[in-house]
Amino acid sequence: MAGAIAVAGGATASGERVDWRLAAPLGLTYLFFFAAPFAILLGISFYADAEQTRLGLGSWVKFYSDAFYLKVIFDTLKLGFFAVAATTLVAYPLALVFRASGPRVQRVLIFVILMPLLTSVVIRTFAWIVILAREGVVNQTLMTLGLTAAPLNLLQTELGLVIALTQIEMPLMLLPLLTIMNQMDQNLVDASRALGASQWRTFFRVVLPLTLPGWIAGATLVFASSTTAFISQTVIGGARLVYLPALIYQQATVVYNWPFAAVASLTLLFTVLAGIMALGWLGRFAKT
Amino acid sequence: MGSGSRPVMLQRPDMPPAVAQPLTLDGVTHSYGGGLAVDNVTLEVKGGELVALLGPSGCGKTTLLRIVAGFIEQSNGKVIIGERPIDTLPPSRREIGIVFQNYALFPHMTVAQNIAYGLAARGESRKVQAERVAEMLAIVQLEAMADRKPRQLSGGQQQRVALARALAIRPRILLLDEPFAALDKNLRLDMQIEIKRLQRQFALTAIMVTHDQDEAMAIADRIAVMSQGRIEQVGTPTQVYDEPASLFVNGFLGTSNLLDGTVETAGPEGYGVALNAGTRWTVASSRKFAPGEPVTVSVRPEQMVLADEAGEGRFPVSVALSLPIGGELIHDVAGPAGTSLKIAAPRRPGVSSRSAEQAFCGLADHARPSLFARS
Repeated sequence: MAGAIAVAGGATASGERVDWRLAAPLGLTYLFFFAAPFAILLGISFYADAEQTRLGLGSWVKFYSDAFYLKVIFDTLKLGFFAVAATTLVAYPLALVFRASGPRVQRVLIFVILMPLLTSVVIRTFAWIVILAREGVVNQTLMTLGLTAAPLNLLQTELGLVIALTQIEMPLMLLPLLTIMNQMDQNLVDASRALGASQWRTFFRVVLPLTLPGWIAGATLVFASSTTAFISQTVIGGARLVYLPALIYQQATVVYNWPFAAVASLTLLFTVLAGIMALGWLGRFAKT
Repeated sequence: MGSGSRPVMLQRPDMPPAVAQPLTLDGVTHSYGGGLAVDNVTLEVKGGELVALLGPSGCGKTTLLRIVAGFIEQSNGKVIIGERPIDTLPPSRREIGIVFQNYALFPHMTVAQNIAYGLAARGESRKVQAERVAEMLAIVQLEAMADRKPRQLSGGQQQRVALARALAIRPRILLLDEPFAALDKNLRLDMQIEIKRLQRQFALTAIMVTHDQDEAMAIADRIAVMSQGRIEQVGTPTQVYDEPASLFVNGFLGTSNLLDGTVETAGPEGYGVALNAGTRWTVASSRKFAPGEPVTVSVRPEQMVLADEAGEGRFPVSVALSLPIGGELIHDVAGPAGTSLKIAAPRRPGVSSRSAEQAFCGLADHARPSLFARS
């Protein structure tokens, strides 16, 4: 650490102190608004009862010995995994189209991709209710086409939630992916083709490995964002689907069991971190 | 490996047949949006020949190369290898080796994996792949680098890997896109020799795209000079240098002095041209001119001489500047009517400039000026 700062600070002795002062506002903000609350959260989780009178591991034991809560953790992880998988399947073809397009089409695509970000998540989520409802656009289309006799249940199902999250989180996957896709040297693709590789082989052997860092960045954002997407999860998932954010909300504001909510919060934090670390590990693995 | 008794020889179990395939471009035309990038190009590259497409940037030479490789589908015309049109084949089935300007080595693969890439794509067994990789590495003398990543290699080494990768699939045609542009000057000659050697060894028909006349002159059997999507002239390097077909070719290859004049007579020796500079030269030309026609005479700097006295075919000039460049002395001289000429003369040791400012300028004995119509 000290070595790195000495290098960054340059030759002058005062340079080091200037570096620290410049970092101070952000550092203090983190200290007061992240580190301190986190310490309090950690502390509260070690009360064994809702009234915070007894210290002990009771809340942790209760959370991790109950099959219901373990399933909530598993479902949250699964939701993040599905969201990453669905955005990947849509984003890669779109990124390839983007790469092959001229600058004018690229500008239009960027606008279309960014537009969801200009709308509030609440509005986008409610729009999905209109689309996915029993009398919604999707069901009406399917029934008109004769593909289904009775309307499908899409709201309050995992499928519906993944569909909505795919659209809502898509910009987070696409932006890093498009950036790296556009930077990739076309000659590499051409070289692969000229050497006799089919388009699929070229994609899997050249395009995919070289764009993996962009995908990992996108996947990290989508995973973190979809596992913690409280609004979308509760509005589309409803009461039938419970994920960690909704559980925390219930425990903290309905049940008033703060120690238990703290345990759930820390669990969510570690769940997301585990996912991010797994993706990071994949990135290191891919580089070698 | 432990086969000490075997003579040191390159194993070439399945070298391509010694008969190289000719490549024919027949009326190839390509338009981008509104403009014509390649305009009705017809070119025959004989089997085993290396033809350089030479021209300024934007002349369509790279587009033409990409059409041959199959990366671009031409609007019109045919590309034929041997007897067979290949226009409907995707790039992956054209059996063409291509070396890119930036080499386009796969950065996430080792040197050996790069070379094996085309073989793996063809479904060759691991054993065949390993053998061919070893053989190619030996040919380009990079055996020690097999497990390195491209970024750990120097520019010249990267280019040799790119060549090895392209040649590993035993292509019928080799395409080189500005192959020396990214190399520093000292390395260029080595790589030019290397490419020429490999092209001969593999009996390859090759097209090289370049904007550098020296490169083209150095290794091409023939040069096709391109301008605005058309081929202006095709010929051996000395042909296009000595007998340029147009003012464009004349200007693009080497330096030349342009002198305006008027045709006075036509005779068996050539045309008698009265130069505006105030003298009269006899210039041979394969093109037809009528007496009274305004013309431009082009002379290479090394085909002109400076003399101290006036004489037949000489006109007075003043020497503005003399630059000693290696074994040559380049004089920048100003002639009558505001003409500016460059004259190259062998430099005697110890001499760095010309003593007298006033001189007379004329043709050297071996001079072969070119004659172009002036509009």
